[in-house]
Amino acid sequence: MKHAKTATQNACKLCNPLGACLAFRGIENCVPFLHGSQGCATYIRRYLISHYKEPIDIASSNFHEETAVFGGSHNLKIGLKNVSDQYKPEVIGVATTCLSETIGDDVPGILREYKKEFKNGTPMPILIHASTPSYQGSHIDGFHAAVRATVKTLAEKGEEQSLINLFPNMVSPADLRYLKEIFADFKAPVMLLPDYSQTMDGGPWGEYHRIPPGGTPASAIVSAGSAAASIEFGSTLEASKSAAGYLEEAFDVPRYHLSLPIGIKESDKFFSLLETLTGKARPDKYEDERRRLIDAYADGHKYVFEKKVILYGEEDLVVAMTAFLTEIGMTPLLCASGGKSGLLKKRIRELIPTMDELGIKVREGVDFVDIEDEAKILKPDFLIGNSKGYTMSRKNNIPLLRLGFPIHDRFGGQRMHHLGYRGTQELFDRIVNTVIEERQNASSIGYTYM
Amino acid sequence: MEQISILEGRQKQIFEKKKGVPQADIACETSSLSGSVSQRACVFCGSRVVLYPVADAIHLVHGPIGCAAYTWDIRGAVSSGPELHRLSFSTDLQEMDVIYGGEKKLYHSLIELIEQYKPKAAFIYSTCIVGLIGDDIDAVCKKVAKETGIPVLPVHSEGFKGTKKDGYKAACHALMKLIGTGSTEEISKYSINILGEFNLAGEAWIIRKYYEKMGIEVVATLTGDGRIDAVRRAHGATLNVVQCSGSMTWLAKEMEEKYGIPYIRVSYFGIEDMSKSLYDVAKYFPDRPDIMEAAKQVVSEEVKTLYPSLQKFKKALTGKKAAIYVGGAFKTFSLIKALRSIGMSVVLAGSQTGDKNDYARLKEMCDEGTVIVDDSNPVELSKFILEKEADLLIGGVKERPIAFKLGIGFCDHNHERKIPLAGFEGMYNFALEVYQSVMSPVWQFAPRKGGTL
Repeated sequence: MKHAKTATQNACKLCNPLGACLAFRGIENCVPFLHGSQGCATYIRRYLISHYKEPIDIASSNFHEETAVFGGSHNLKIGLKNVSDQYKPEVIGVATTCLSETIGDDVPGILREYKKEFKNGTPMPILIHASTPSYQGSHIDGFHAAVRATVKTLAEKGEEQSLINLFPNMVSPADLRYLKEIFADFKAPVMLLPDYSQTMDGGPWGEYHRIPPGGTPASAIVSAGSAAASIEFGSTLEASKSAAGYLEEAFDVPRYHLSLPIGIKESDKFFSLLETLTGKARPDKYEDERRRLIDAYADGHKYVFEKKVILYGEEDLVVAMTAFLTEIGMTPLLCASGGKSGLLKKRIRELIPTMDELGIKVREGVDFVDIEDEAKILKPDFLIGNSKGYTMSRKNNIPLLRLGFPIHDRFGGQRMHHLGYRGTQELFDRIVNTVIEERQNASSIGYTYM
Repeated sequence: MEQISILEGRQKQIFEKKKGVPQADIACETSSLSGSVSQRACVFCGSRVVLYPVADAIHLVHGPIGCAAYTWDIRGAVSSGPELHRLSFSTDLQEMDVIYGGEKKLYHSLIELIEQYKPKAAFIYSTCIVGLIGDDIDAVCKKVAKETGIPVLPVHSEGFKGTKKDGYKAACHALMKLIGTGSTEEISKYSINILGEFNLAGEAWIIRKYYEKMGIEVVATLTGDGRIDAVRRAHGATLNVVQCSGSMTWLAKEMEEKYGIPYIRVSYFGIEDMSKSLYDVAKYFPDRPDIMEAAKQVVSEEVKTLYPSLQKFKKALTGKKAAIYVGGAFKTFSLIKALRSIGMSVVLAGSQTGDKNDYARLKEMCDEGTVIVDDSNPVELSKFILEKEADLLIGGVKERPIAFKLGIGFCDHNHERKIPLAGFEGMYNFALEVYQSVMSPVWQFAPRKGGTL
């Protein structure tokens, strides 16, 4: 039975400040700081820790009733001072919340005052401000807002360098490491932002670290304004909201905008772009990765052909996964997202002009109850998305292939690859194995070979 | 190694037990210092924690999406029947709602959800922003209650209006509105309510079974495996038995005042406190010596099997040191005793929300050199773990990575645990978990234990 639906039920999105905190964690020696209630910081920490299994300290200005009435300036300044004293950060990334946005705190103004008032004494960290009201957009918007704000605060025009800026979107630490490896193999200097490959997936500590090692140094971000080009992943990310968009506008650094490179076709575009920008051919290693992937497609094609899937998650991930699934002959019956850019369908159509013939349905701004209602009618072979789809997966007995964020009910989400030939290989193997496992479980014979 | 210093504004909330040194009371029950990275959450969190396990009500969070998303199915509070508490409902306020008000959205959300899920009641949590835009949620709740015929209870849990404790109170306030509205017919004179037991991993069932074996009727568990109808008749019980005193003492006091029901404070962790919680209830019914007899019987039967099974752990763990940082201070008392019973000492004991009395008692209980902290943070916890050379940290998800990064064991004693730690069998699970984490061979690779970086 269809119900009228005003409330969001089992949301397929998170709030704006979460994304900002993660992005700030990808700057070296940076403490994320939420200007709002204590709960926002604590809930977001808990949520991120459950996925990354790493400490993530997020400071809070800890609003009280008086703060809400008289403004958050005093609390914010004390908070910044305390964070500076206790963490000795090089950067503090201040993101707002629904509370500080609604009372209308002028955060940039407060930060300017702070710099004046506290200029003597402890070293002054670089202060970055991202506006991330929780009543707008979702976590992915907060992520991009923080990356753009960082570049806006730090990037300067200098003598043009062969440097390439890479804005990878909200991908896994393993993906970030892979991207760095590619650039290193191309012998091409890169400014990757954010880079939480180490801060959110690091080693053990011999001594206490106030801030975990790793991340993009502020000094490197300064050079972003003099880079030869920016590459930005994420097909629904618009230039007006993106870091590369800002750099193009402010410093004429050309913006190359790609979908997240998942699948052979989209990975090819990324590698071709790298070849063009660097003037070098891709190293053999990647040619080999690509060849192995094509070979695996051949070996596994029968398992996946015309398998029906419901796909959900951040819009950019959904677009990229749709492209990949269609190139291996799978049918994403529904491509769904809690995000609401208004661009999801358009971007999918650009990559897959035959989407209507393939029967691909696209829905933005949905929650897991909407997706479940669709699943009951569409009867997919499996679901692909983050852990939060497990409730409907279990209830409706549809297997779930986990990827993206958050992975709260499996181990190693932070080490999962999604991007490039290597990530696609990993995803393809997992998809095929999901099919095989289902078959094996359902079989009365129980073959030990498939 | 560099000394880790304590923030100036935090020093009064930390205390080290030392002989011969005059010692001031620990400062507590204050709001967290801005920028100190408190492990606390907010008022909303306090309310959500208390009411979460009520399984046949819908829990609608009125605000932007985050508050509901981060509390969706995050606790191991299990239900023997309906599971509405495991769904997440939000009015998902957008910019236009913030400008023009969210009352209409709240009203429609409620009407539709009640129609769809047929709950026994609805709890409406107001979040930070609702406290600013001034939605009259009481009026909306009243209207919907009238139209739908079920209790629709506002919970005033605006995140910034106090601390987590104020959230407990707001939740208890909502419960008080329900209590007294059901029939108390056929309730035995030998009856109790279990307060502050949230049925994590089925713990309330374990406790309930003990009391029932003693011939005691449990009228309502607040709120573990909670049901609205049971809450409504809770005023029919003879005694309130309060665990997790931080969250439920207020309710117990209100019930005492309004219905004349006395209360006792108990804890179900560790052999000593678990046994005491059965004896204390039995003592309350002196006219029925058979109840005390049955309590003794339960304890002796349970301990007979439990005690020998703990010896293996005790042998391995003797001399190891633990650090405890949990939500409520009352739990730390039990944990100290439980740890001692398996040979371990406690070098750090702290809580998010302890009060003066709690900390005074902690001071008394602790060994020389133990550090006591109120409303601590990762930097301080790490400092004391290192300085005191702890082998184990007991805490929740936010504390876990601190332990693992520093190469020591960890036991999750928070709401997310999936293994029951209460009761006699819980004590076994607790000892096992501590043993499995502290004694794991993986720590040989930790840099602090001689491994290489």
